[in-house]
Amino acid sequence: MIRVFVPRDSAARSMGADEVTAAIAAEASRLNVSLQIVRNGSRGLFWLEPLVEVETVAGRVAFGPVQASDVASLFKSKFHDGGKHPLGLGRIEDHPYLKNQERLTFARCGITDPVSVADYVAHAGFEGLKKALAMTGAAVVAEVTESGLRGRGGAGFPTGIKWKTVLDAKVDRKYICCNADEGDSGTFADRMVMEGDPFMLIEGMTISGIATGADKGFVYIRSEYPDAIATMKEAIAAATAAGWLGANIQGTDKSFTLDVRRGAGAYICGEETSMLESLEGKRGMVRPKPPIPALEGLFGKPTVINNVLSFAAVPYILAQGGAAYRNYGLGRSRGTLPFQLAGNIKHGGLVEKAFGLTLRELIDKFGGGTLTGWPIRAVQVGGPLGAYLPAAKLDLPMDYEAFAAEGAMVGHGGVVVFDDSVDMAAQARFAMEFCSIESCGKCTPCRIGSIRGVEVIDKIVAGVEREANLEVLNDLCQTMTDGSLCAMGGLTPSPVQSAVRYFPEDFHRPASRQAAE
Amino acid sequence: MTEKHTLISPLPEGAEAARAIAGRHGNRPEALLEIFHDLQDELGSVPEAALPILAKALNLSRAEVHGVVTFYHDFRRAPAGRHVVKVCQAESCQALGSRALAAAIQKNLKVKFGETTADGAITLEAVYCLGNCALSPAIMVDGRLVGRVDAARFEKIAAELTA
Repeated sequence: MIRVFVPRDSAARSMGADEVTAAIAAEASRLNVSLQIVRNGSRGLFWLEPLVEVETVAGRVAFGPVQASDVASLFKSKFHDGGKHPLGLGRIEDHPYLKNQERLTFARCGITDPVSVADYVAHAGFEGLKKALAMTGAAVVAEVTESGLRGRGGAGFPTGIKWKTVLDAKVDRKYICCNADEGDSGTFADRMVMEGDPFMLIEGMTISGIATGADKGFVYIRSEYPDAIATMKEAIAAATAAGWLGANIQGTDKSFTLDVRRGAGAYICGEETSMLESLEGKRGMVRPKPPIPALEGLFGKPTVINNVLSFAAVPYILAQGGAAYRNYGLGRSRGTLPFQLAGNIKHGGLVEKAFGLTLRELIDKFGGGTLTGWPIRAVQVGGPLGAYLPAAKLDLPMDYEAFAAEGAMVGHGGVVVFDDSVDMAAQARFAMEFCSIESCGKCTPCRIGSIRGVEVIDKIVAGVEREANLEVLNDLCQTMTDGSLCAMGGLTPSPVQSAVRYFPEDFHRPASRQAAE
Repeated sequence: MTEKHTLISPLPEGAEAARAIAGRHGNRPEALLEIFHDLQDELGSVPEAALPILAKALNLSRAEVHGVVTFYHDFRRAPAGRHVVKVCQAESCQALGSRALAAAIQKNLKVKFGETTADGAITLEAVYCLGNCALSPAIMVDGRLVGRVDAARFEKIAAELTA
């Protein structure tokens, strides 16, 4: 039977994938063509979504972006039978956007049916877990340490060290928590994993449980991701039914259960201690550290907290060995990072590459420049708390240390591109405003500082004692950086100060009456 | 309770549902967020009357329950309109004109963010990132993501919702 693939990824659906699926099914039945439609994950070439693929002897050939209105002509040209069509893209694996990537974590996303255990196993799924089941916890941790994997949520803390801390804690109960509160604008890799290859996350978390001696895990998913929540729940049920989760996994003495928890629209719950409070059913107020969650985490017990991408990297590391993963990357940034090209970009999507390529390669070679066609003026890397870099800094290599040296951060790998119509004073103001909206309110520099920040930027834009107020802004940023409890208040100054540093002209425009309002 | 005439003075709205949902979650205090979600899914909001019932069932203070429901943006204290439209206002969408789009949408619906249209059809909300950043600007209509939205495309969507 002919197999046709239409993604169930919510971004693909946002461009009409469901309508395309319905149209294909209707047309096939009308023409009496026997075919099976598989709802796969997305390949991450979002400007081509909905991307329809057909399985052929030569591999999977793709058509995109397909609208429901194109379906009749697709059948007319016998797209399901090797026919040519103006939307045809040829073999998808040969597409330069995919071909030039190094997909370790995203090797399977877009290929398989996300909720089919059989499909996952047929594509090298659970190989890492099988190995881990036969190893000691310490040996698993050693493998992860060897890989050089660092926390993919943004902070870049070595995953192996975190796991070892939990492993070494001698208590009755430990937890594994996945931070899937992907709230940073410009990031969607976590969502793609959960919607497109959820078993990989389940496998990574289960390995983490085996490694550290925890038998209970939670995936904390933001409520803005209803599709990811539904797919994760479906996958957890399927994995449990197939004996890959639950008691005595695959007949061993190891057990691990997993539950999904919905967030409730609070950005701050992406901060790990705030997430723990939320998982305990409380207000998402940040906890002071120490104690670190690895020693006193969920319900006061030692807890591994990692981002989706960190857990998702683990099955490969166990299956292929830490050294194989370590071979990618450079310096202290080992392995690959799934970069996310977003904002004003022609070819937005997911680009998994080893650390070390430059921002320019990412944006020009993969992204194809801006969508509007106007010149790039600013790029924000690492989410709303990341610095704005000017076009002149695009040759910076994507590497934790190189970015840190520039006062910027790689973070979760989100890259948001702005063309030259952007008003950087407005972006700086937004950074402060966002912080004031989303601050948990526990510490004063963040809670009050962000509100003062908005006011001071308004004064600067309005031309009120500009130089003096720029100094006040700088002072305020310093206080927030030094005095905030967590990264929310501590890093909000990063986009603000980089905007002032690299784009001073935007803070020195003739004051308009509008701006003073 | 001194009130005997329960037949003619029914329990305040939401109290019964709150008790049942809390029970389904084993009256565990750590399930409070899930309980609020379930309650809102069922009733469209978390009514005031539910709070003392939940406090009692979960063995929490009313202040704690109130603190949680008011902390999270998701939980409504009164039901929304028939449809909820969330417009992303975060950086990636800003880079493709979400500020202008937001202005056009507010003009089209004649409401501001946080308000419901006069006919009760649409509640409009700002949201910070829907994870559709490669297809900005993005909005969400009743939990369904829509990408590459412009004023014209929104007009069509709004017409369908109010039809």
